[in-house]
Amino acid sequence: MNSVNSIRDTFFEECEELLEALADGLSEMADGDASQDTMNAVFRAVHSIKGGAGAFALDQLVSFAHSFETVLDGLRNETIEQTTDLMRVLQKSGDLLANIVEAARSGSTFDEASLASNLDALSSYGNASSADVAPEPAFAFQPMAIDIELPDSSDTDRLSDTHVGFEIHFTPHWPFYANGHDPILLFTALAQIGEIDVALSEENLPTLDDLEENTTHLSWTITLKTDESETILHEVFEFVEGLCDLQIDPIVAEEEPLPDAIANKIPADKKISAEASAQKNTKPVGPKPTLRVDLERVDRLINTVGELIINQAMIAQRMGENSALLDADLSNDLDDYRLLARDIQEAVMAIRAQPVKPLFQRMSRIVRESADEADKTARLVVIGEGTEVDKTIIERLADPLTHMVRNAVDHGLETAQERIDAGKDPEGTITLSAAHRSGSILIEVQDDGGGLNRDKILSIAIEKNLIASDQEITDAEIDNLLFMPGFSTVEKVTSLSGRGVGMDVVKNSVVALGGRISISSTPGLGTKFSITLPLTLAVMDGMVISVADQTMVVPISAMIETIRPEPSDLHPLGTDKLLLSVRGQYIPVIDVAEILGLVRTDACPAPDVYLLIEAEGVGQCALGIDEIFDQRQVVIKSLEGNYQAIPGVAAATILGDGKIALILDTDAVALMQAGDPDRARKSNSQLEHSHE
Amino acid sequence: MSDQDEQFTEKSTCEFVTFTAANQSFCLDIMKIREIRRWAPVTILPHSPAEVLGVMNLRGAVIPIFDLAAGFGLGPTPHNDRNVIIVANNGTQTVGLLVQSVSEILSVSEDQIQSTPDVNSESTRQSIPEVISLENGMTRVVDLQFIARAVSQVAA
Repeated sequence: MNSVNSIRDTFFEECEELLEALADGLSEMADGDASQDTMNAVFRAVHSIKGGAGAFALDQLVSFAHSFETVLDGLRNETIEQTTDLMRVLQKSGDLLANIVEAARSGSTFDEASLASNLDALSSYGNASSADVAPEPAFAFQPMAIDIELPDSSDTDRLSDTHVGFEIHFTPHWPFYANGHDPILLFTALAQIGEIDVALSEENLPTLDDLEENTTHLSWTITLKTDESETILHEVFEFVEGLCDLQIDPIVAEEEPLPDAIANKIPADKKISAEASAQKNTKPVGPKPTLRVDLERVDRLINTVGELIINQAMIAQRMGENSALLDADLSNDLDDYRLLARDIQEAVMAIRAQPVKPLFQRMSRIVRESADEADKTARLVVIGEGTEVDKTIIERLADPLTHMVRNAVDHGLETAQERIDAGKDPEGTITLSAAHRSGSILIEVQDDGGGLNRDKILSIAIEKNLIASDQEITDAEIDNLLFMPGFSTVEKVTSLSGRGVGMDVVKNSVVALGGRISISSTPGLGTKFSITLPLTLAVMDGMVISVADQTMVVPISAMIETIRPEPSDLHPLGTDKLLLSVRGQYIPVIDVAEILGLVRTDACPAPDVYLLIEAEGVGQCALGIDEIFDQRQVVIKSLEGNYQAIPGVAAATILGDGKIALILDTDAVALMQAGDPDRARKSNSQLEHSHE
Repeated sequence: MSDQDEQFTEKSTCEFVTFTAANQSFCLDIMKIREIRRWAPVTILPHSPAEVLGVMNLRGAVIPIFDLAAGFGLGPTPHNDRNVIIVANNGTQTVGLLVQSVSEILSVSEDQIQSTPDVNSESTRQSIPEVISLENGMTRVVDLQFIARAVSQVAA
């Protein structure tokens, strides 16, 4: 990767953060509780994107950001009135800006038509503002890079003819020093441009008693004799703009009249210092410092820490077995070791954890777009956006969540007229929430629409042969029909949903992440989808069991309950099948040893304990096992890396004694019993991916 | 295979580790061998072919252990304290081979390595592409990839 590309990558990474800040600020403004700081933040985000785009000659991005910024500036200076319509245009502009950035990043194209119409809308507001205020308020923010590229442009020439030097007033703020800048370096750079005279103004210097740490009191006045243009000067201060008050006044040779070009420059400079002081106010409460790290390095660290945990458990177990070695001191040290190892593991896992905020922000855009297309009005309410989830889970949740939010707007919400008739606010509300709940993440998508139309669902299911017409079925079971493959209630295929991607795909993605999805609906009040996900993919809660002398692990997420039945609860069926009666219901029994081809010894001739599970596509099954040892977190290790996928086995893990235990793939086992080995093999790969 | 070919075409001498399985002498390019370990109990894999003994924990990595003798159809290796596991790289994978014992490091010049003569068994020629003659007999050069591939075909 060459350096230009890497700078370009950095720019786009920063764009992501800026766009996030922009979306944040805009939604705050839309809610009507935006402070001046928020306005400034929004303006700065667009401005910074424009500045960066200018450096990479992304013209379209620059010009769009410029129009956007003009309106924002008007809004900030209260020359444009904030209206609902304007906010809509601004939010759409934010979306478009994200589109253009993405297009510029990937080199793809985007919807030019919507860009043009949006530009029109923006400029209608923008013009209104510039009519009111001084001519071309945004003139000050033209990217400066362009002038440097064209040193013989007429502008430069004209300037160099009319001045003999500059007087520069320079007052650095605290962040200037905090970022490691040094005024002397700037003066040295200026000295290379021309003859300089630096004077320190001491009038702001407090007495020693009043001196505060982390504040600045020094400012300088520099007289520079040069015939270079002002642009060159700005180049010197390029990296510290925003970190200081800077005013550059040309010193004009007396006999020459003051040309317009320079007159325009002066208010421009004031503008910079105005912006700089605005930044000064917000800077100390800015975002926490962050570090960008290659994901691969983090994963390597996580793997190694996983091994450290195993190693710690092994040592503890060895010491426990050999109690002669164990005195009080050593046992204390071992406890410390265990705690330290856990701390490290938690800290390392936290590196991968990220707030769901960016994901949720994308959803607010999905709601806007879907509502537009479906001709409904809807707003998104977000709860718990600070909840942190493993990065991979966030990434793989994007598609299913997008789909669910679209569904909620498209199918969940009624039209405005229907809502008014039902006595509701014509604007629908989609609530998206995230929360930690007992070691897992709960994500809910809720709409305040009409609820599920169960009669319709039932008739479609019967029509599509998903259930028998005379089958008795509860409301909850009807709701769950939505997750069946091949079910789609839309009669009219819209561009939003009903593209053949049904809720079954959503369910599969959630299950593939080791999670569960459920649905609840109240007629007239709306529908709620709840997704429960593990905190991380690298470790899993498992039940350690034994089957035919082999230690194995069953994912807790797959289990409903454990049963130690009376002999009278087991009923043989046919030649070799067995049914278990659970509260009057008969559930097929699967002998795990038999299905995995393990040989039972005389010590444990038959299963002793049964695990009730809910298997994908099969329903409830009882897994016959020999013994339950323990419930613990296990580190998931892939089998495919060095070997291959094995039907019935999801992955492996390493136990405290250093031995490998296989993690049972309950769905695959159930499918194997049901005589569907092909699907069992397919189901097999689910946990494996998570290791990557 | 390509890096093995390289070994044979570009270098004049090669080093092999020789070992015994089913009382026959085999050898493996020393560059492919990561370490040699004592036998330790493995975790049995369900529905695996006879030559796949199970998986083992190698410092946090899960590696499959193959019984080399069984893989060549020479019957399972009987349990013995002298049995060792050769941990070897097979492309991107790491595998373990159970053998009776490891003998020595063999340094041979290229012309001592012969292609396996035409015997009426294609699979034998593929799994043992070459042989090296020794003072007191012959050692067989093992192609790991072929073994792993044969196993996965049986299992699939």
